[in-house]
Amino acid sequence: MIKGIESDFPVLSQKVNGKKLVYLDNAATTQKPKAVIKSIERYYNESNANIHRGVHALSQKATDLYENSRKNISNFINAESEKQIIFVRGATEAINLVANSHVRPLLNQNDEIIISQMEHHANIVPWQLICEERNAKLRILPMNQRGELILDSLGKIISKKTKFMAINHVSNSLGTVNPIEEIVKIAHQHKIKILIDGAQAVQHIPIDIQKIGADFYCFSGHKLYGPTGIGILYGKKQLLNEMPPYQGGGDMIKSVTFDETVYNDVPHKFEAGTPNISGAIGLSTAIDYIREIGIEKISKHESELLEYASKELNKIDNVQIIGNAENKASVLSFVIKNIHPHDIGTIMDSNGVAIRAGKHCTDPVMDFYCIPATARASFAAYNNKDDVDKLIKSVKKAIEVFG
Amino acid sequence: MSDLDELYLEVIIDHNKNPRNNEKLENHTHEAKGDNPLCGDQISIQLIMKEDKVSDVKFTGSGCAISTASASILTEEIKGKSKKEIEKLFNGFHNLVTGNEENKDLGKLAIFEGVKKYPARVKCATLSWHALMAAIEGNEEATTE
Repeated sequence: MIKGIESDFPVLSQKVNGKKLVYLDNAATTQKPKAVIKSIERYYNESNANIHRGVHALSQKATDLYENSRKNISNFINAESEKQIIFVRGATEAINLVANSHVRPLLNQNDEIIISQMEHHANIVPWQLICEERNAKLRILPMNQRGELILDSLGKIISKKTKFMAINHVSNSLGTVNPIEEIVKIAHQHKIKILIDGAQAVQHIPIDIQKIGADFYCFSGHKLYGPTGIGILYGKKQLLNEMPPYQGGGDMIKSVTFDETVYNDVPHKFEAGTPNISGAIGLSTAIDYIREIGIEKISKHESELLEYASKELNKIDNVQIIGNAENKASVLSFVIKNIHPHDIGTIMDSNGVAIRAGKHCTDPVMDFYCIPATARASFAAYNNKDDVDKLIKSVKKAIEVFG
Repeated sequence: MSDLDELYLEVIIDHNKNPRNNEKLENHTHEAKGDNPLCGDQISIQLIMKEDKVSDVKFTGSGCAISTASASILTEEIKGKSKKEIEKLFNGFHNLVTGNEENKDLGKLAIFEGVKKYPARVKCATLSWHALMAAIEGNEEATTE
């Protein structure tokens, strides 16, 4: 257990249905530490102004906070430069940005984009949209029953028609940690650009983006103890420079006449309109918070919880864990024979245990396992063994109710 | 009784385990599929309507305990009823599970009163009813969204 950090999260001290809240829906969103909440409050109390345009002191203060946040985030994932960090609403917007500004202009009829069988809908639908428009096709990198990508088949799927690849770092419904460095290497051997969706990875795994080598990487702040509505897209400098803007508006231009507009430099070219300034500051503070504890320590702690929970779940008859990859992070999906995940979720909730029940925005994964949905517990730094025990107790209660 | 016990009454558990009329209905005159995209529950209702009355009804599909039991009990409760009577029953049922109204002559459907404490489960309870109403209206699909 990471000592004493639970009290950093005010929301966790409440009772739900008369029981102490056990929050195990962290893959959906994490709770926010006091430091993050306070940083947002402090920004509005002391520094609120619009950025990049005011000559007054307050605007400079807000601009500095915003740009320093970018730098902090850039350092956190070891990007070459903070200019390669674009603030977006979240991973979903980042993927849409790359689909529209980078891939769409390159995509011709019968071209192909490769994604994997275990993608979140956010890494399926943006590609489908541009494929539909350009008469291009999606190709799917398959997975095995354990929920691991079958890399051997990648060579067969890649062809001259392949224009782009987009793969998740960690599966949100299975917990699989994909060998992305290897995948990026294969993509680059074939001169294919690749995006890695890190929405479920950054909160569990130390990220060195230069070592990973991906052309694009993205994540959402709210899964990383930060606020909602803020996330980042990392991109290789040359690609970002070459890409047309995603949205037009203020702050993304150098000059505008009715005949011609000169776009601003990267990253501002991709940040039209007044951005989520307080969100960026909150995310930066969340990163400071994680750094203080140590991402390695969080990772180790969550792995221990996952291992313990998996072991205990496997002891119960009629419970099946969905996703048994060799390398997993923090996500524990399961089904119980003859009990629908929704009913499991309700029974858990009556014990104060918050889990997710459903398809987790991964319909193709559910279809692969021929199940309508799963119950999913997902761990964060503030969870402990006691939380796992309550989870297991609630699973037993569900079996008792429906027995 | 706890809220949870009120939700999962024995009758509901029984109908979930052994759903009644849970098969395809041959020669049906009306059919509609109910879809809850949130949880993936899908229930199809098939009817034979004779002179504005339901002479037979069956359902297929899968869902959680609440949606399965609700579909099962629905098939028992609407047989022989007219379109108008069914509309009245559905309104009463909807008001019951959303906590807008006390139980008024709902017969066996009253056992779903426990749902009102669980707003997230209202859609489960009403899924088969939405499909039923769509079928009666001659539509092919209903969604709880």
